[in-house]
Amino acid sequence: MGDPALSRRGFLAASTAAGLGMTALSGCGGDSDGGSSGTTTIEWWNISTTQPTKDVWAALAKQFEAQNPKVKVKIVQLENDAYKSKMTALTASGKLPDIFHTWGGGVLRQQVDAGLVEDLTDRTKEWADGLLPVAKEPYLIDDKVYGIPFDIGMVGFWYNKAHFKKAGISAPPTTWSGFLDAVRALKSENITPIALAGKEKWPGMYYWAYLAMRTAGADALEKANDAKDFTGDEFVQAGKHLEELVDLQPFQKGFLGAAYSTPTGQAATVGNGKAAMELMGQWAPVVQSDAGKGLGDDLGFFPFPAVEGGKGAITEVFGGGGGHALRRDAPQAAVDFLKFFASAATDRELVKKTGVLPVVPAAEDALTDANLQAVQKQLNGATGFQLYLDQAYAPAVGQEVNDSVAALVAGSKSPQQVAESITKTAKEEQ
Amino acid sequence: MTSTFLPDKRTGPGVDLPPPSAAAARGRARRRVFHWLTAVGFQLPALVLFIVLVLLPILFALYAAFFRWGGFGMPSDYIGTENFTRAFDDPVFLGDLWRCLVLVVLSLALQLPFALAMAVLLNQRFRGRAVYRMLFFAPYVLSEAITGVLFSMIFAPGDGLADQILGSVGLDGIGGEWFADPSMVMATLFLVMTWKYFGFHMMLYLAGLQSIPKELTEAALIDGANAWQRFRSVTLPLLAPTLRISVFLSVIGAIQLFDLVWVVTQGGPDHHSETMAVTMFQFGFKRYQVGYASAISVVMFGISLVFALAYQRFVLRRDLEGATTTMRGGGK
Repeated sequence: MGDPALSRRGFLAASTAAGLGMTALSGCGGDSDGGSSGTTTIEWWNISTTQPTKDVWAALAKQFEAQNPKVKVKIVQLENDAYKSKMTALTASGKLPDIFHTWGGGVLRQQVDAGLVEDLTDRTKEWADGLLPVAKEPYLIDDKVYGIPFDIGMVGFWYNKAHFKKAGISAPPTTWSGFLDAVRALKSENITPIALAGKEKWPGMYYWAYLAMRTAGADALEKANDAKDFTGDEFVQAGKHLEELVDLQPFQKGFLGAAYSTPTGQAATVGNGKAAMELMGQWAPVVQSDAGKGLGDDLGFFPFPAVEGGKGAITEVFGGGGGHALRRDAPQAAVDFLKFFASAATDRELVKKTGVLPVVPAAEDALTDANLQAVQKQLNGATGFQLYLDQAYAPAVGQEVNDSVAALVAGSKSPQQVAESITKTAKEEQ
Repeated sequence: MTSTFLPDKRTGPGVDLPPPSAAAARGRARRRVFHWLTAVGFQLPALVLFIVLVLLPILFALYAAFFRWGGFGMPSDYIGTENFTRAFDDPVFLGDLWRCLVLVVLSLALQLPFALAMAVLLNQRFRGRAVYRMLFFAPYVLSEAITGVLFSMIFAPGDGLADQILGSVGLDGIGGEWFADPSMVMATLFLVMTWKYFGFHMMLYLAGLQSIPKELTEAALIDGANAWQRFRSVTLPLLAPTLRISVFLSVIGAIQLFDLVWVVTQGGPDHHSETMAVTMFQFGFKRYQVGYASAISVVMFGISLVFALAYQRFVLRRDLEGATTTMRGGGK
C-alpha cells in the first residue's frame, strides 16, 4: 500500500507549509481606525485567557470606556503560543493591532526595526517616569520607550524552610560555594536538594543564565548575543560551576524525564515537600499549590547567590514581565488607555486580583504575600537586569541554549562544548 | 495503490478489433471522449484537493529545503544543499536514523511475532474469546497523546504505578527511571508502542487467519502433520499477504513516529528518544529554521518513498498483481 505512506508524508509536509501559510493569511484583517460618529475604537490584543485575569481586564476596559465615552475598546484574546505565532505573521505583514501584548526584548526590537511600533518616549513621559525602573527595562530600545509594563517578575530560589532547618542551614546561602555546601547538607539529611524539570529544558537554562550573569556580569549575555560569541572564558566558567552542582547529584529521581507543572513534575515535587528547592519565577508558589499541596508558611524565597570572583552582583536579576506596546501612529485614545492601565488605582486592582507584582510604586501596599514582597524588594533594589533568554534572543539561539544546557546537565556536553554550540547557532542566525 | 488505476495498456477486447465502418468508429471515438470527460469530471474535485493540499506542499518543501528560511515571506537566501549536508553531519539527526532502524528491527523481531502468536491463540475456540480480542485491540483506539500522558504517569520514577507494583513484589531494583534514563528510554518507549499497536496487527492477522479454509488444516491433520507443521506449512504461507501488509505499516509507522514521543519525552532525555519527525518539529516550529526542517522532512519523505516503492516492487508485487488486472473490466 503506497498511498497511506504518500499521503501521510504529504500531510506532514502540508501542515508545515500550509499551516504557516494559514497563519500568514489569517493575520490580514482587523482594521480599526476611526468611527463614523466620532467614536474611536481601539483594538487591544492580549494573552489573558485565564481567570480571574480575563474578567478583571474586561471590567477595566468597561471602566475606561465609561471614563472616555467616545472610545470603544475591542478586546482580542489569544492563548500564549497562538498569540506568538499570530504576531510573527502580523509583523511580516506589516500591520500590528493598536495595543498589543509584548514581552520586550528581541521580538519587540524586531518589530521596532520594521518600523511598526510607536515611540512612546515623549507621549508617556509625564506619567511613565514614575514606574518601577526594572519593570521598564525590557521595553527600552536604544534608550527609547516602546512599551509600558503591567507586570514584572524575576527568577530566584523558592525553598522549603523546614527542610533547610532540618539540614542545619540557618540562613539562605548568598555565595555559590555556600549554596553547594547547603546542597551537601541537605543530601546528608537524605533530603533531595533540588527539583528540576529536565524534560522541558528551560528550567535548567535558568541555572546557566544566572551563573553566566554572576561570572560575566549583568550585561554579558546581551553583549555576547550582539557579538554572536559565547566562547568567552566566563561563559565556560559558568558551565563549570553548573557542572560542580550537577556532580553533587542534587536533583530528584528521574529528573531528566520530569515536566514542570504536571502532578509528578518539578513544582509538585517541591510543593509536596519531596525536594527542598527550585529555581523558578515569581509564579512558583501558585503552581506549587496547583500541581501539588503547596508549602504554605514553609515556603521562602532567596535570590540566586553570587559567584566568588565573578563580575556580577547578587542584586542583578534575571526575569521579565508583561507590557503593552502600540502600533505606529496609534490614536491618542490608545495612549490614554496605557496611562489608565498604569495608574496606581488600576495597578492596585491588578495586584490584588490577578497576582501580578506592582509596577507602580504607589500600588505596593496592595501586595500582602510575604514571599512576593521579598521578590518585590529584590526587584526594587535591582542593579542590573537580564530578560528571559527566549524573549531576548532569536528563537533558534534561545532553543540552543536550552538544548546545550540540558546536555550539560545530562552529562553529554562539556562547558566548552556548550559555549561553542551556542556560538555556532548564533552565527547561523543573521 | 497508485498503480491500480493506471490505464497502462489499451489492448482490451473491442478496442483492437478492425472497425466495420468509419461512422461506427467515429461513434466509438466520441463515446470514448465522453467516457474520458466523465472520468475527469468525477476526479477533478479530488484531484484539485490532492494537488493543492498534498502535491504542492511537497514540492514547496522540496524547494524550501535549499534555502535558509525563517518561515515567513518567500525563501530568498539560497544555500544549495547545505541543509542536507548539515543534517547528515548532525549527530542528533544521525541518531534519529539509527533509532528509527532500531525501532523497525524491534517491531519486526518482537512486536509482530507477538501479535501473530496472540492472533493464533485467539483464533482457537474458547469461552470469552471476543472479550479478549476486544481487550487487546482497545489500546489501538486510544489516541497517541492520551497513551503518552497515561504512560508518563505509569512510568513516573518512584511514584508511578510501574514502580509501585514492582516495589510491592520486592523488585524495586529492576524498575529504574524508565523514560528519564537515557539508556532505558527507547526500551520503555518500545514497550508502550507494543502495548498500543500489537492489538491492531493482531486484528489484521485474525482477519487473515479466518480467511484460510479449514479444509486445508484438516487435510494436513489427516496427513499426520503436527501443530507446528500445520502452522509452518499451511497457516503461515496463506497468511503471507497479511504479514507483508502488516510489516509495511509497521515500518512506515516507525519512520513517522511523532505524537507519542512528543507527549512522553519531547525527544529527551538528551535526544535519546528523538525521532526524525521530532527533530523536524523542533527546528521548524521551535527554532523557526523552516528551511532546515524542510530538508529533514524531504529526507523523511525520500526514505518513506524509496521504502514504499521498493517494497511494492519486490515484496508486494505478487499481492498486487491480482488487484491491477481487475480494474480493466470496469470500463465496459
